[in-house]
Amino acid sequence: MELRRTPLYPMHLKYDGNMIDFGGWELPVEYKATGILAEHHQVRRKAGLFDVSHMGEVDIRGEQAGAFVQELVTNDISTLKENQVCYSPMCYPDGGCVDDLLVYKHSRDHYFLVINAANTDKDFAWMQEHKIPGVTLENVSSRYAELALQGPLAEGILQSICDTDLKEINYYWFRPRVKVAGIDCLISRTGYTGEDGFELFTSPDRACDLWEAILEAGKGAVLPIGLGARDTLRFEAKMPLYGHELDKGITPLEAHLDRFVRLDKPSFIGKEALARQKEKGPERLLVEFEMTGRGIPRAHYEAQKNGQNIGWVTSGGYAPTLGKNLGLALVKSEYAKPGEEIDIIIRNKPVKARTGQGLFYRRPK
Amino acid sequence: MEIKANLYYSDDHEWVRVEGDLAYIGITDYAQHHLGDIVFVELPEIGGEFAAGDTIGVIESVKAVADMHTPVSGTITAVNEALEEAPETLNKDPYGQHIAVLKMSNPDELKKLMTGEQYTAYCEQAEE
Repeated sequence: MELRRTPLYPMHLKYDGNMIDFGGWELPVEYKATGILAEHHQVRRKAGLFDVSHMGEVDIRGEQAGAFVQELVTNDISTLKENQVCYSPMCYPDGGCVDDLLVYKHSRDHYFLVINAANTDKDFAWMQEHKIPGVTLENVSSRYAELALQGPLAEGILQSICDTDLKEINYYWFRPRVKVAGIDCLISRTGYTGEDGFELFTSPDRACDLWEAILEAGKGAVLPIGLGARDTLRFEAKMPLYGHELDKGITPLEAHLDRFVRLDKPSFIGKEALARQKEKGPERLLVEFEMTGRGIPRAHYEAQKNGQNIGWVTSGGYAPTLGKNLGLALVKSEYAKPGEEIDIIIRNKPVKARTGQGLFYRRPK
Repeated sequence: MEIKANLYYSDDHEWVRVEGDLAYIGITDYAQHHLGDIVFVELPEIGGEFAAGDTIGVIESVKAVADMHTPVSGTITAVNEALEEAPETLNKDPYGQHIAVLKMSNPDELKKLMTGEQYTAYCEQAEE
């Protein structure tokens, strides 16, 4: 199958990206001049620019738009203000996840959803299936390019070419119709790296101009960053990734996302199953662990206790900023407490690990 | 991409430097480049006997896990233990950092390996 390309494809060639097939998209895993580790440190220390145009976007409009989204997602969007963003899982009736997404509220009759690239078609079909009167849905994914500018220097760089005071955009808020280097954008203070930063949505035909304008404005402080570092950054900051920490067969409660599951809402898809699970306590839970033996934990490796299977690694790897081999594992609840000695099976051999809490990266305030 | 003239090369992008009946084995510049940032090396045990093509260790980069094979048969007489603490030196100096040393049991196997010139052509083809 022919790979899909984002509007920023010419930039990946120009900046010498190492292109890979990422779920059907031709995207850079890293740039040849830097590589994953250098790109990771660049974002933690300075700033990095990502092409995340593969993400899906859905416009939800109409009198009943709010009621519809409220039924679709597990978080409570009724208290969301105009220009505010919220994160939420979206569940099946059995509590498993269809996806996790961001809800942008433009107005009471217009919401904008940002969903995972690989789930775009599935999510849109799910939404259409549950559509109610007074709502129109549109998959507008191809109408937007999305760039992420992340890192401690992101604000200063963007401010130098932006017509809006970025200090006025707080964490998980956005502004539509902002001009960046004269290019019309929607800017939110959101991201997937554990750093301060912004995500910018713009028209595909201006995407390359915006990319170049940001790199020029941040010359010496910003570099293009590939998907490899996007994954190490999100993992090190313990941000969930659909298909790993969340999935069709994993509920948000098992992934410890309780604060995004508002069982006090009157109704939403999956509420009954999740309320039952909350009451009984999940049989499996996500737990942090650090390798104490020599080895790197990887997704899907088995976790054991005294030779017995207790679950599997959802994400794992070398955490570059912390310099440790860390993992997240979905294990039987009795082992999901800190200080538990467990084994991770690496190439058929048990390697020692210890569960913990607060092992992952948190941005210094 | 650097390729040294005085070494033997395998299809799996390993190099062999011969000193008497000892074979020093490492990974090529091409291999380290394609793996990306190397963060973990698992070395074979000294005394271990291996046939040509066997897996003798593992090299892990941030994103990938790769088996390390021996291009020749023999017994491990030494390993480069410094790599356990500093695996990234494989990225910086792939030809200066051997992974293991084998006492060859069948030096004739060297004839099946590629010369630097052949390996250069092999890599160019792989890139197409």
